[in-house]
Amino acid sequence: MDTEFAIVGGGVVGLSIAYGLLNHGHSVSVLDEGDGAYRASRGNFGLIWVQGKGLKQPAYTRWTRASAAAWKDLAEQLTARTGEDLSLVQDGGYVVHMDEDALDADRKKYETLQAELGGDYPFEVMGRNALRSEEPNIGPKVAGALYCREDGHVNPLRLLRTLSAEVRHAGGDVRVNTQVKEIAGQAGGYRLIMSDGSAFGAEKVVLAAGLGALQLGPGLGFRTPISPQQGQVLITEKLPKLMNRPNVEVRQVDEGGVQIGASSAELGFDDRETLETTAALARNAVDMYPALRSARVLRSWAALRIMSPDGLPIYQQSPTHPGVFFVTCHSGVTLAAAHARFLPLWLTGQTDAPDLSMFSEERFRVQAA
Amino acid sequence: MFRRLETTGGDHVEFEFDGRRIVARRGDSVAAALLAAGIKSFRTTQKSGAARGPFCMMGACFDCLVEIDGETVQACAVPVSQDLLVGRCKQVSLSPRDEQ
Amino acid sequence: MVDIVIIGAGPAGMAAAIQADECGASVMLLDEQQEQGGQIYRNVLNADTARLAVMGDDYAAGQSLASALDRPGVLRELSATVWRVDPDGTVTYSVKGVARQVIGRQIIVATGALERPVPLPGWTLPDVLTAGAAQILMKSNGLVADNAVLVGCGPLLYLLAAQMCLAGAAPKALVETQTRGDTWRSLKYGMGALRGWRTLSKGLGLIAAVRRAGVPRYKAATDVRITGTDSAEAVMFSCGGTAREIACDNVFLHQGVVPNTQISRSLGLEHRWNHRQRCFEPVVDVMGATRLERIHIAGDGAAINGAKAAELQGRVTACDVLVKLGRIDPARRHNLVRPLMRALAGQMAVRPFLDALYPPSAEILRPADDTPVCRCEEVTAGDIRNYARIGCVGPNQTKAFGRSGMGPCQGRYCGLTVTEILAKENDMSLQKIGSYRVRAPLKPVTLGELASLAETNGTPTVEEDHSHD
Repeated sequence: MDTEFAIVGGGVVGLSIAYGLLNHGHSVSVLDEGDGAYRASRGNFGLIWVQGKGLKQPAYTRWTRASAAAWKDLAEQLTARTGEDLSLVQDGGYVVHMDEDALDADRKKYETLQAELGGDYPFEVMGRNALRSEEPNIGPKVAGALYCREDGHVNPLRLLRTLSAEVRHAGGDVRVNTQVKEIAGQAGGYRLIMSDGSAFGAEKVVLAAGLGALQLGPGLGFRTPISPQQGQVLITEKLPKLMNRPNVEVRQVDEGGVQIGASSAELGFDDRETLETTAALARNAVDMYPALRSARVLRSWAALRIMSPDGLPIYQQSPTHPGVFFVTCHSGVTLAAAHARFLPLWLTGQTDAPDLSMFSEERFRVQAA
Repeated sequence: MFRRLETTGGDHVEFEFDGRRIVARRGDSVAAALLAAGIKSFRTTQKSGAARGPFCMMGACFDCLVEIDGETVQACAVPVSQDLLVGRCKQVSLSPRDEQ
Repeated sequence: MVDIVIIGAGPAGMAAAIQADECGASVMLLDEQQEQGGQIYRNVLNADTARLAVMGDDYAAGQSLASALDRPGVLRELSATVWRVDPDGTVTYSVKGVARQVIGRQIIVATGALERPVPLPGWTLPDVLTAGAAQILMKSNGLVADNAVLVGCGPLLYLLAAQMCLAGAAPKALVETQTRGDTWRSLKYGMGALRGWRTLSKGLGLIAAVRRAGVPRYKAATDVRITGTDSAEAVMFSCGGTAREIACDNVFLHQGVVPNTQISRSLGLEHRWNHRQRCFEPVVDVMGATRLERIHIAGDGAAINGAKAAELQGRVTACDVLVKLGRIDPARRHNLVRPLMRALAGQMAVRPFLDALYPPSAEILRPADDTPVCRCEEVTAGDIRNYARIGCVGPNQTKAFGRSGMGPCQGRYCGLTVTEILAKENDMSLQKIGSYRVRAPLKPVTLGELASLAETNGTPTVEEDHSHD
């Protein structure tokens, strides 16, 4: 065998897993496509976000919180090894509402979740004045916000670059500009046949290819029930400090630009930005922070989230191809710490591995019945 | 150093840059007027603090950025007008919240 | 709704507008400047005889084209910055901070050329400008620079030098990068070039004028760098094995021009690498048609052939668009286009010779590690090489890894350099490496302007979990 683990996909998800496996002493090959791949990791908004996660599935809330809690340690370790500052700030974040009824509706959902978790779910409701004392630049249309102290943000592109560099530095074999065409069983593992005709052997395979899993998944015994969901993002010129904490739609990045996002649309594989959506995003941001009116938008982009039917991640070992794992989520940044710290235990079948049964593809079979 | 080919002619317009009175000719862009007044550096960069002035004079390079009415604009794309107030772009310093 | 929206009022755009109007189509012509003319004929309608004398006949010739635009069928929207073009013919732009839209049944993109980026050490210093910028300052403001050094290669460098001499501000020196090898390579295109003898003799005339003014020319210069602390103070280089330093107040750079492809890229059109001119060009047919039914491209934005050719191409493209609009029939188009094509061939004959004689210098295609490549985000050539080492196989990944191309110029002055460096580092073809993906806004626009175009009833609401994380 050429390697213990072949990881298909060189985005944040694949690289976080590769980084974790290397830390546990396993040999790893990462297989990545070229510049034109969909690459949700490049379109990311950079939140490390707890609020709203798992309102219908508390196991997801726990998994997300565990990752958010492990993030500081991951960032410190990456910084110690590479000298890169990921600009991690976990000082809380908001979901801002323009409408009191909507704020109240959210509060009720959060309270229900809090009860299901035995009270262990931190959030606060902030009225307009409370929010204003924390965020003096919010506009008069803002009704209030939900605040969670575990929310935060990071520079997602620096995370991608740091993981790319560190996985190589730690001995990972990263191959770019290539595509896995076929994965076939062979004694002791699998044989991966690449688009350039080359092939190599791996004991285990992790399919972390984002939307690319749609091609490979079904042949490996996975249901692969994922689809693209488009999100559009704007970023302004660098501005003096305007906000203290991120909210789920607007955040100020460490370099000074204000990033505006949170749109979602089912448009298949269309990743073009539209005037309709960018204009709506702009109006919403200006309502939230009126001082943004005169700020210049430098760029907009659209990227494709990888959504499962219930929005939750999928962690599944193939029922037909033992040792082949499918990992997918739309929160690769939030879950990066969990993927680096806890997922290797599950991939190597350790007794202290997290229980990820709630995230198997089984749940879709049950739903269908 | 730039100088005018024609030493006379043209309506004069006065405007202000960074607190300094500048005499320009009607029809000048802010960038041209500043170059004519011997101002080379319009701003400093975010990352290294390096001085920058106009480069392309055709609206493509964004090196000649200045601030007018609270907006960042290209000095080469804005015509001068009497008493126009032009400032240097604010230097962005973003520090962690706890520093306050 | 108008028949044709033309973006760019340079020679191609103006000629297209006139042709379209002559055949009865309604036209809206958009341009960023306060008056038509483009960069080549900038301010030509206001230039007095003294300025025309300095700038020369080719510039003065723009007056008749620019004034011919004054006709009721051509609606001019000037000081207009186009920041979005949709394949359906919608053009979104801003005038003095107000966002507007116009829909064209057909669109002609005539956005011309940009100066090729010239990443030399010191190229970001104040008082270092493009040769085109120096010309714009002369045309628009009658401003000339004393004590300037011109660096690079190409016909425009000689034109600028000659104009400066006429203006009584002869440059201190021409530091030229073309080599003797380039001269030899250009000779095989000599026969073609003879068909463009007018252009050639003009060029020789310019060089003679510069020589008569006593301006020293240093050819095949290498190790070119600009020194200075807060502005340019000197140009240093090697020539014939001798290290030289010329003190100066300004440096004007030129290494040829390349198509401005921001709109064609944003439309997702295919682009092809031109090996001769070392740049990308949008794929168009001889009429300027693209694969998008409503989009044509004319002039230097499609391929670099100069102002005269752009004017001809503008008319040709307009004829094709007029057929699509049903204003003329294909037979009429044939008659109109035939003489234009013949003239166009004459204009283009000299190009291969000039391209071979004045190629971009090796130093700017492969800048030293500490040379800034992305001016906006201050990313160096060495940074780009490092990103290639950790897996960057294309410009968009470079953007993600190191912010090159993410600043306000949106890659206009680093894109080609990044493509060249990545191709070399990854040992891939330039075509395969490709370029930055360009998206709207094509020029920065305020959030207020963008927000003004929002539908009144379409506020995006955040569902439970649509965070981008």
